[in-house]
Amino acid sequence: MTTRLFGQRVPRVEDQRFLRGRGRYVDDVLVGPGTLHAAVLRSPHAHARILDIDVSEVLDLDGVHAVWTYDDLDGVMADPLPLLIPHPALTHGRTQFALARDEVNHVGEAIAFVVAEDRYVAEDAVDRIRVGYELLPPVVGIEAARAATHLVHDDVPGNVGARMEQHNGDAPAAIAAAPHTLSLDLTIERSSCQPMEGRGVVSRWDPDTSRLTVWTSTQTSTGVRGCVAARLGLDLAQVDVITPDVGGGFGVKINHPWPEELLVPMAARALGRPVKFTEDRREHFISSAHERGQVHHVEVGFDDDGRVLGLDVTFWHDHGAYTPYGLIVPIITATQLLGPYKPGAYRVRFESLFTNTVMVTPYRGAGRPQGCFVMERTIDAIAAELGLDRAAVRATNFIQPDEFPYDHGLVFQDGRELEYDSGDYPASLDKLKALIGWDDFPALKAQAAAEGRRIGIGLACYVEGTGVGPYEGAHVHVETSGKVKVAIGLTTQGQGHATVFAQIVADELGVPLEDVEVVSGDTRKMPYAVGTFASRAAVMSGSAVQLAARAVREKALRIAAEALEADVADLEIVDGLVQVRGTDAALALGTVAVLSNPLRYAFDEASKAATQFAVGDPGRPPVAEDDEPGLEARDFYSPQRATFASGMHAVIVETDPDTAEIRIVRYAVVHDCGRIINPMIVEGQIHGGVAQGVGGALYERMAYDDSGQLLNASFMDFLMPYVTEVPDTIEIDHLETPSPLNRLGIKGAGEAGVIPVSAAIAAAIEDAEGLVITAMPISPSELHALRQSKETP
Amino acid sequence: MKPAPFAYHRPGTVAEAVRLLAADPDAKVLAGGQSLVPLLSMRLATPSALVDLGGIPGLDAVRVDADGVRVGALARHARVLADDDAAACQPLLRLALGHVAHPTIRNRGTTVGSVVHADPAAEMPVVLRLLGGSVDVEGPAGRRTIGAADLFVGPLETSLHHDEVATSAFFPALPSGGGVAFEEIARRHGDYAMAGVAVVVRREGEQVVDVRAGFVSISDTPVVVDLTDAVARGADPGDAALASLEPTADVHATADYRAHLVRVLTRRVVGAALDDAASRSLTR
Repeated sequence: MTTRLFGQRVPRVEDQRFLRGRGRYVDDVLVGPGTLHAAVLRSPHAHARILDIDVSEVLDLDGVHAVWTYDDLDGVMADPLPLLIPHPALTHGRTQFALARDEVNHVGEAIAFVVAEDRYVAEDAVDRIRVGYELLPPVVGIEAARAATHLVHDDVPGNVGARMEQHNGDAPAAIAAAPHTLSLDLTIERSSCQPMEGRGVVSRWDPDTSRLTVWTSTQTSTGVRGCVAARLGLDLAQVDVITPDVGGGFGVKINHPWPEELLVPMAARALGRPVKFTEDRREHFISSAHERGQVHHVEVGFDDDGRVLGLDVTFWHDHGAYTPYGLIVPIITATQLLGPYKPGAYRVRFESLFTNTVMVTPYRGAGRPQGCFVMERTIDAIAAELGLDRAAVRATNFIQPDEFPYDHGLVFQDGRELEYDSGDYPASLDKLKALIGWDDFPALKAQAAAEGRRIGIGLACYVEGTGVGPYEGAHVHVETSGKVKVAIGLTTQGQGHATVFAQIVADELGVPLEDVEVVSGDTRKMPYAVGTFASRAAVMSGSAVQLAARAVREKALRIAAEALEADVADLEIVDGLVQVRGTDAALALGTVAVLSNPLRYAFDEASKAATQFAVGDPGRPPVAEDDEPGLEARDFYSPQRATFASGMHAVIVETDPDTAEIRIVRYAVVHDCGRIINPMIVEGQIHGGVAQGVGGALYERMAYDDSGQLLNASFMDFLMPYVTEVPDTIEIDHLETPSPLNRLGIKGAGEAGVIPVSAAIAAAIEDAEGLVITAMPISPSELHALRQSKETP
Repeated sequence: MKPAPFAYHRPGTVAEAVRLLAADPDAKVLAGGQSLVPLLSMRLATPSALVDLGGIPGLDAVRVDADGVRVGALARHARVLADDDAAACQPLLRLALGHVAHPTIRNRGTTVGSVVHADPAAEMPVVLRLLGGSVDVEGPAGRRTIGAADLFVGPLETSLHHDEVATSAFFPALPSGGGVAFEEIARRHGDYAMAGVAVVVRREGEQVVDVRAGFVSISDTPVVVDLTDAVARGADPGDAALASLEPTADVHATADYRAHLVRVLTRRVVGAALDDAASRSLTR
């Protein structure tokens, strides 16, 4: 048997292309000469009624082909965009129009769509459109939304899109009866995904075949396909959606359809020319999506050991101007806040509020960084109140390894029970404490203090429901050359799917890794798929790939057993050869593929073996009644519920006593995503997640002014960390607690790295400074202000 | 993010560049383009024409003599930064240039371009002002020299006329007994500073006869504060500097925090410059 590839640090097959600049993104797609380019007129106001739009100066401009406003949209194109995930609690969900009808609700909302010879001319044309606005008072920030002095949407009272409550037990009663109680107010600000490649769409209409092809930088090609077909009045069979390389998604590209994903195909069809839209960075800041902004109030009751007896959380979620993605983010906060802990009773309530700002859809972590921040700050506050070790209070509250499956008595984001499948939190904590040197830190801190330096340590734990349904599928096909082609339906945006799924297939089929090619995100290859989000690709597509590969293996063995006149049980596949164990009798897998497809016509030397005078029992049909030609299989994986990964981060920071600068000294991660397909890729995900988490903790915020203008809508002022701001080394230890929910025992790993970073860094700064940190991100300027207010209360 | 239409000129002489500028009041000079090109792309600047100095021979020289360093209009930051003679003649140049953006930007951006762009958050205008340097310009009426004190009029605004081209900047040499230091604090490595301080000092024997500080991102135009008396009195140089400055707030720092940084950095940098002067006189 060849070495099993599952679990190996297999180098990513994608990297040769990516590192040499040979990735092919939507903007690189060449759809032929004559491609036209689109630009969008976006609202300069946060809240205004549109009185009139004058495009008369636009069409005079040389090189302009067409301009659309709301009034030019036909049929369902004129309807509001879909509300993708309805929920009974979302009583006042609202979505935008592809082009604003009579009101704009955030700076950046699309108003008019221009198609021209090139993007330069298209932008010139946009400058010439004159819009008459009646300015309306903008609602910016959670405080203003709650005050509801002004409304975002006239027909949404109190700016409240949704109110929701879940509980397990009687938390208020448990708190009232508890020996100790605390109240906390905790805030997380807005940030956003900021993939290096923004949104992009190219489309071509073929009038001869009446087929539309759409290339889009999305996290769900099947989702976009469904929307495009429905809105343009086409049959699904007329629409192909292809997702080439994607330069990062991080969640923002799971929302769909973006206005341009409908407008570009519409224009391509109307004009009979390919049309391209490539979003620029300013557009990404003001017209895609943000996340994270929430304000939380916590009431907690606990005993002398710090055991949480009752936890009552109320929070306010700023979902911006529209709610296309439903309540997924606040529901995740509400449920995943619990992390590895088991409070005696829990109640959570939230209001999801409209504001005149860019809408909110999931960003890597999707509500968990906020929930984790709330829970971990609460645990730290309990430890401080009781004078106990922060790690010990965590351990006191952990769900124990023998308590799985653990049912929290709540409903998760997929509509299923919040039931953890497996985990070992005490073991994770032990590993983390050893990795960071938790018990030795007080001595280090004292030594630093003697040198006039301030250092602090913090830790934070999380549990992440990964691999939500409904399903994913895979198609595995062995060609007569012996090469294996794998198609998965979900898209890929840098995760290394082409490597890890090839590892699974190579193991199942006994073929070399380099003989396996994985394609993704192409509805022509796999029309049934959901998408790449919720850390689900490895769990969902990985399981489907394994099921499909196993079916191919079974078929290969059956055909080979017949050809070799051997028993299936005596066969093995090694290096692409099906052989009878302990003998020389063998068939190449490619030959088995030849035999799987009875031929009338030979097309090459190898295929002669499958023609009618060469093979087959004349007494039986060439293809048996319950069989199909070809050495291929398609299968799907659809689990009952999510599988719950977990992890813990610890960080040591140093704060400058003079300048209040904050420096990360050490960063340690213990991570449990069940069985690991490729540790190098998992570690890469952790590195990237921690980097984004550092951004969210120390650098990034959406600086809206009171009028709803985003003051830092560029990479000059929106401070994503450079490599110089991220720790040189992120120390990682793995724990592998297999999931019982899938055959591979895997859990998702894509989002994990980002989740506890703000919580851990806040705790470390608090430890270094002796100040209570209740809001993140925190800048040196803010830390300085906290020091000042402590000195002069 | 595509610029509005503009004409593009690439003159072969400064005189021709001046003629092109004089003929078109909406034309702009292009050198390294590290500030102008983003402004064009965001359509925050929509000049009718660009006059690209890139084709004019001889403008990229860096000349060093006993008096100081003369930097040509096309000399890139990276070139000036790497010039050992320039660093020896006026060490503040290298200290400050190391804080100018990132290497890729320094490879294209020009030092003179940065000076005449007059961004209050930029390092090199402050360095020129602090050192009492000057800029040579050429216009329809011929050549003239503008002293740094007369150059900076407002944020992104200088006393150059529209039809004048800055051909070089002159940074005086560090005098005998002199010392320099520079420090700035930015949110991220290579960003514009929230606050930066450059200091030059001069000793005569044991006596400190000159202490002056220039400030980055603190005022609309580069400002120099004379701290000689304060240091002589033994007063805190940070407090002394702050007495004549009014830092303001932006999205990265409150006015109070900026003031705090001015205080902390001035203290540190004055000390470092005095040490620098002391160690230079020792090595002489």
